[in-house]
Amino acid sequence: MSDMTDDSLRELYQEVILDHSKHPRHFGPLEHATHNAHGYNPLCGDRITVHLVLGADGRIAHIKFEGRGCAISQASASLMTDMLTGRTAAEAEKLMDGFLHLVKGEEGVTGLGDDDLETLQVMAGVSAFPMRVKCATLAWHTMKSALEGGSRSNEPAKTE
Amino acid sequence: MSFIPPIDDFPILAKPVNGKRLAYLDSAASAQKPKAVLDAMTEFATTDYSNVHRGVHHLAARATERYEAARVDVAHFLNAKSSDEIIFTKGGTESLNLVSYAFLSPRISAGDEIVLTKMEHHSNIVPWHFMRERKRAVLKWVDVREDGSVNPPAVAAAITPKTKLVAISHMSNVLGTITPLKEIIQIAHAKGVPVVVDGCQGAVHETVDVQDLDADFYAFTGHKLYGPTGIGVLYGKRAHLKTMRPFQGGGEMIGEVTEDKITYAEPPHRFEAGTPPIIEAVGLAAAIKYLKQFDRAAIKAHELDLYQYARDQVRRLKWVRVIGEAPDKGAILSFETTAMHAHDVATILDGEGVAVRAGHHCAQILMERFNVASTTRASFGLYNTREDVDALIVGLEKARSILV
Repeated sequence: MSDMTDDSLRELYQEVILDHSKHPRHFGPLEHATHNAHGYNPLCGDRITVHLVLGADGRIAHIKFEGRGCAISQASASLMTDMLTGRTAAEAEKLMDGFLHLVKGEEGVTGLGDDDLETLQVMAGVSAFPMRVKCATLAWHTMKSALEGGSRSNEPAKTE
Repeated sequence: MSFIPPIDDFPILAKPVNGKRLAYLDSAASAQKPKAVLDAMTEFATTDYSNVHRGVHHLAARATERYEAARVDVAHFLNAKSSDEIIFTKGGTESLNLVSYAFLSPRISAGDEIVLTKMEHHSNIVPWHFMRERKRAVLKWVDVREDGSVNPPAVAAAITPKTKLVAISHMSNVLGTITPLKEIIQIAHAKGVPVVVDGCQGAVHETVDVQDLDADFYAFTGHKLYGPTGIGVLYGKRAHLKTMRPFQGGGEMIGEVTEDKITYAEPPHRFEAGTPPIIEAVGLAAAIKYLKQFDRAAIKAHELDLYQYARDQVRRLKWVRVIGEAPDKGAILSFETTAMHAHDVATILDGEGVAVRAGHHCAQILMERFNVASTTRASFGLYNTREDVDALIVGLEKARSILV
């Protein structure tokens, strides 16, 4: 691991991230959710629940999340709810895969469009902190699990 | 203060982290190793090494001698009556699992109870959960007081005629609480209940006398005691060990093996199946020898001085809540930070070269008890200095400035 610098710290905790973590979008329960899933990171004990409504048109109409965690996990969850609303499950899947590549530092292979890549760029700083990648991915793994029918499973989504 | 931290004995402490001077405040997770330990292991591996007990050749004899000498050193360290009461394991966790399988399992049935406190580390919880799952035993949880101390009458109240074991840590890895062990063991013994002690922290910071304590079992690990990973110890009273069946089966733990019959070796070898951690045993003996050159009470006073210095400073930060302020506690400072998650705090501290632990510290039941998801923990070892604490405080202020 390369040395952490003040710059990489400031990039990790940049304004957008802190804003999302302090004022998370779409935080709270969601009535009439069609899909739900629990996520749990056993390393730190952080928990998250993702609720969503998948519309008849195949698009995600609403997403909300609940739980507590570090600034990275909260911001990542908040950003995710912003970005995935209105997308089809297939589009969401593609975006989620792209995000996972991005935070692991595999920027060249995200397969993301320019707009999405630009929006998600704020999370790219996480890749300099290998011990924190799981914080960033928890919500996204949980979202995947929800779309795959996580509501029927008792096993929480993990970051592995 | 007469004790001068022997920083130069620990080569890793001289290496900068993230371009900063390293302030290693995570010794409760694992302690750094003095050169004396590393050298002893290298010296042994390059001069006397072989497998133990089996061979008849020269090196086998030398290695066996060194390995058994380490057992004697550990026996003295714990003031055990005999080195036959010392079992080498791969760590504190294996030591406690050994008690669960080889001692408790044959003695416990459905409805029987195991008493433990809410401040136990998962390694002193999960082996007893196994007994709940497999034998339908019942776990009885003794709460700790708001300051994190253990109340012996509460332990007494939890013991019933169905209690088969009390499992308790000598020192909490989160709260730093030091348990009034002797009193609790007396209470349990008065009711005919044996006590297993998780000494993974206690053996490092307290002087242990298993005979004075009258502990039935005492478990600790090498790597927190400035020794190597891969080795732990289980002390068990000879009277118990004699009656226990083996834990794992394999080489070295047998008396005689035939096609339809097997006899087992006497303790402690009965419980050491397979090739044991030989080089690590020599390393552990070197760590004990290293510690012996100091006055343990002076080390403790030094560590507590650092703890109090740190606690007084974090208390001044209005956004910090210290968790665990028992009157008798060791040098562990756990705290919660308002509006900042422990992981974010730890990441920013890391940028300052300050290594702390953040999370639930393998003590989720305790976290629940204090209604926190995670804490930041600074833990102190004999090599720490006030400079380390100063770096911690600077780092905390910086975390606040970045995150809030």
